Amino acid sequence: MTRTFKEAAIAGIGATEFSKESGRTELQLAAECSLAACQDAGIDPREIDGMITFTIDNSDEISLARCLGVKDLAYTTRIPGGGAAAAATIAQAMAVVNAGLCKNVLIWRAMNERSQYRFGQNPTNMQGYTGGHGTGSLLWCIPYGAMTPASWAALQAARYMHTYGVTNRDLGHVAVQQRAYAATNPKAWYYQRPITLEDHQASKWIQEPWLRLLDCCQESDGGVAILVTSLERARDLKQPPVKIVGACQSIPYNVEVISNYYHDDLTIMPEAWGTAKRLYAQTGMKPSDMQAAMIYDAFTPHVLMQLEAFGFCGKGEAAAFVKSGALALDGRLPTNTHGGLLGEAYIHGMNTMAEGVRQVRGAAVNQVSNVTNVLVSSGMAGAILSKA
Amino acid sequence: MSTPTESAPAAPKPTRIAPIVTPDAKSFWDAADRGEFVGQKCGDCGVFTFPPRPMCPHCHSLKREEVPLSGRGTVHAWTVPRHPHPFGFKEAPIVAVIQLEEGTRMVSNVVGVRPEDMQMDLAVEVSFEPTMNNHKVPVFRPRTK
Repeated sequence: MTRTFKEAAIAGIGATEFSKESGRTELQLAAECSLAACQDAGIDPREIDGMITFTIDNSDEISLARCLGVKDLAYTTRIPGGGAAAAATIAQAMAVVNAGLCKNVLIWRAMNERSQYRFGQNPTNMQGYTGGHGTGSLLWCIPYGAMTPASWAALQAARYMHTYGVTNRDLGHVAVQQRAYAATNPKAWYYQRPITLEDHQASKWIQEPWLRLLDCCQESDGGVAILVTSLERARDLKQPPVKIVGACQSIPYNVEVISNYYHDDLTIMPEAWGTAKRLYAQTGMKPSDMQAAMIYDAFTPHVLMQLEAFGFCGKGEAAAFVKSGALALDGRLPTNTHGGLLGEAYIHGMNTMAEGVRQVRGAAVNQVSNVTNVLVSSGMAGAILSKA
Repeated sequence: MSTPTESAPAAPKPTRIAPIVTPDAKSFWDAADRGEFVGQKCGDCGVFTFPPRPMCPHCHSLKREEVPLSGRGTVHAWTVPRHPHPFGFKEAPIVAVIQLEEGTRMVSNVVGVRPEDMQMDLAVEVSFEPTMNNHKVPVFRPRTK
């Protein structure tokens, strides 16, 4: 086959239910959501020829391919950096489709991250911190009692919040908005369970004085898959094609995922600034071209710092931006309209990518009107998804 | 018959988890075990780096030197992990990013201060605390001089 440049598009998305106890193996969750993505697209799973996931996904490519009956895999890869990989999987899939290496690229992430193990608890296995797991320098945190993602994130957020006078109450506006979205999303764990700012302020400290319980994403069981193919082919498939106009990663010098304390200015996320710069250069687009944003929200401060990085408001202005109602359906930038990782589920950001696809298709539960372009971000990577 | 050592109240056994030692960071933790606080400095261009690494990112020299650091720094960020309670600590510790005088940063604890008295940019100096399995880790306390 001669290689030619091909535009890439998302043709299918699939998910399991989101729960606290799936009652089945991670491999089964992976197989179920992958099949669902293929069926959504109208592609025979046997025709998958590329497979992409996170370095820390526990399911093996071959095992999953054996479930789906994949005939001949042409490309596999995995992305480091925990949830930072979410949008990066889309960038990878786009690149291999662009390069003519694959026709049908399956992206998956499936985990029993509540019933089988919990990211939010003290670690029981230190092997993951010794390198090669894409989790940076966490080993330097463990002996000091910084043993959970919330502790690493709090250290990251502290300097930002201190510098700009952002209070924990300010963060509450992010949580309240996202839980409002989740409350009207039947797929969300927190369906029909909105919160008030007072609920947020009454929730217990996880990291004092920065993060309360309701600033933290959930721990969830579930799987999400995305099927990427050429735009040309996607036009003939079941769903309206969602064009990947641009997608990229950015890992500037001395930046690492979450234990990100070694770069110059801890009041910014340089990886998100780098992603924004690269993505806007790649696409010729600007913040005002986006009608919605889906932003990785492991912890509420991440949302604020990414809003600033992507230029939706100025440095230090995100708290006021959110407080003004900007993230609501009738706001300037409806954001995390599925409820995010706080409200819908924590499928490591892949459910957030899927919501970006639904918004472009016009098929979201909390649909934004007149969507042409949606920004999806997982901090160290981003993509712009658009109507074809 | 008891010896003076036996009659003295036994020091509580350290419960802090021992450092996870990787080959490239071994010299840092070995020095800590001796109660020394060292940093990695390039033997050619003199740039300080943290975390330790085999190559200088500035001049690509492989000549790494472990040199004593002043042990002085400031608190650049801090938090108190309340939930879950961190394994190995009786009281929730103050975890902090320490900005060292030499220009590098590291994660550590601030001891000798109550959480309610914590301040950003607090001036601190190095001290050592024991861990399980007879190791030591550098921690920081408010500067006295």
